[in-house]
Amino acid sequence: MSTLVYAEHDNAQLKTETLKLVTAALQLGDDVHILVAGSQCQEVARQAASITGVTKVLTADNPVYAHQLAENIAELVVSMADGYSHILAAATTTGKNFMPRVAALLDVVQLSDVTGIESADTFVRPIYAGNAIATVQSHDSVKVLTVRASAFDAASEGNSAEVVALDTVIENQQVTFEHAEMTKSERPELTAANIVISGGRGMQDGENFAMLESIADKLGAAVGASRAAVDAGFVPNDMQVGQTGKIVAPQLYIAVGISGAIQHLAGMKDAKVIVAINKDPEAPIFQVADYGLVADLFKALPEIDRALS
Amino acid sequence: MKVLVTVKRVIDYNVKIRVKPDGSDVDLTNVKMAINPFCEIAVEEAVRLKEQGIASEIVVVSVGPSNAQEQLRTALALGADRAILVEADAQTESLNVAKLLAKVVEQEQPSLVIMGKQAIDSDNNQTGQMLAALCDMPQATFASKVNVADNTVTVTREIDGGLQTLAMKLPAVVTTDLRLNEPRFAKLPNIMKAKRKPLETLSPESLGVTLATHTRLVSVAPPAQRSAGVKVASVTELVDKLKNEAKVI
Repeated sequence: MSTLVYAEHDNAQLKTETLKLVTAALQLGDDVHILVAGSQCQEVARQAASITGVTKVLTADNPVYAHQLAENIAELVVSMADGYSHILAAATTTGKNFMPRVAALLDVVQLSDVTGIESADTFVRPIYAGNAIATVQSHDSVKVLTVRASAFDAASEGNSAEVVALDTVIENQQVTFEHAEMTKSERPELTAANIVISGGRGMQDGENFAMLESIADKLGAAVGASRAAVDAGFVPNDMQVGQTGKIVAPQLYIAVGISGAIQHLAGMKDAKVIVAINKDPEAPIFQVADYGLVADLFKALPEIDRALS
Repeated sequence: MKVLVTVKRVIDYNVKIRVKPDGSDVDLTNVKMAINPFCEIAVEEAVRLKEQGIASEIVVVSVGPSNAQEQLRTALALGADRAILVEADAQTESLNVAKLLAKVVEQEQPSLVIMGKQAIDSDNNQTGQMLAALCDMPQATFASKVNVADNTVTVTREIDGGLQTLAMKLPAVVTTDLRLNEPRFAKLPNIMKAKRKPLETLSPESLGVTLATHTRLVSVAPPAQRSAGVKVASVTELVDKLKNEAKVI
């Protein structure tokens, strides 16, 4: 039996999540196929074919798939599900959006945000904001999984798998895409960055995030935020790290002015090294931080900036 | 227009959970329970649609144990008109919850279904999408803005990298993100009034649904504990440790 991996991409570039998914898929068997659904996504297909371990790339290249909306993407995946024992997508907003529809249409459960694979039918996933780790066995014939990419290493590249074009065109009658507003940033993507520096309520306003950005640029880091900082309107919501935002596992996570609520820790506690800068020595973030600095961030941040220059 | 809202009874989000010593599950005995925060946002959105004169009736539904009535009463106190409890095990798999809800949707024929994007206990983020698939309705997940006009619902969604706006023909399913609204508090007179609002109890059998079990919970374990590290005295020491001890910068 084979595994089908749904490629995460923006029609131009394959996202690193896909390489991590392939690593997960290779733990399930060595026949791994990738589905690239999108519009004008031939370059993405070429990148997918280069991932080591991939045996086939299937492309559904049509304007109807341009925005990867759940309604027709789910039908597309279901139409080709025959012959696959596992179907994997990244636990990103795209994967979380369409995969449960795939599961429901196949009359199987979905296992969400899988962080470990014990065997072909037994999987590990965090529950209760990461405060408990469940091991779950699925009895279904097809296992539909969304995978937490940060829990797996990226597969290497240098392959040239066969690329097969699909001619399935499923129109989307019920939904119309209106528009998208993407946050523009020169920095690495939050979920893929090696270093993340995040600000919380203690930053006091959005302009003060410039101090984090300056340090981020020196470290090649991405800038994140706690829910408090997002709700206060300091920064856009796609920068939020936590149970309801993004899950990151960088080499270094620097939490600045963040108390460390359960919901925030759920998004970053798998970082290799955690640094906390907070003026409250009792802040819960210090209980998970490898290095803690009790200091006023408005004094500490400029000092760090100078030390890195 | 009729709006159907779903609520789930979950552990209160402030509670630090404990895993049972035998590793069979999380210990929920004598723990404070509440409406799942995302469901509360769904109720609030429905109530706002009613206040704008768009929604005419709000039906709130829960699939869960009999004491989920408490959460339904809370939703009634917040402004829902009537409630339906589908009595089922608290751990019902989301596909089964979606199947039961699909039957309720078939009976009630709502124009709009509003649900939370995920429950903070199972963290699945599935039921809304599954319900939409089973009812062949369009979906807009992770909504931060909802606008209903002329048999169409326009929803702004929170996606990785920014925001996306979709227009859907009704009936449709919307799942809420945290930033959709700020839920109100129930006032005492409304809590009293909520006690007299109708609450109907159904069972999977009465809905004609036979539920299959798809998964087995093998074990539940606490996560690997991180221990507190060291406190450094100065920025110089911090930068030095990151460079020379942790070697991460």
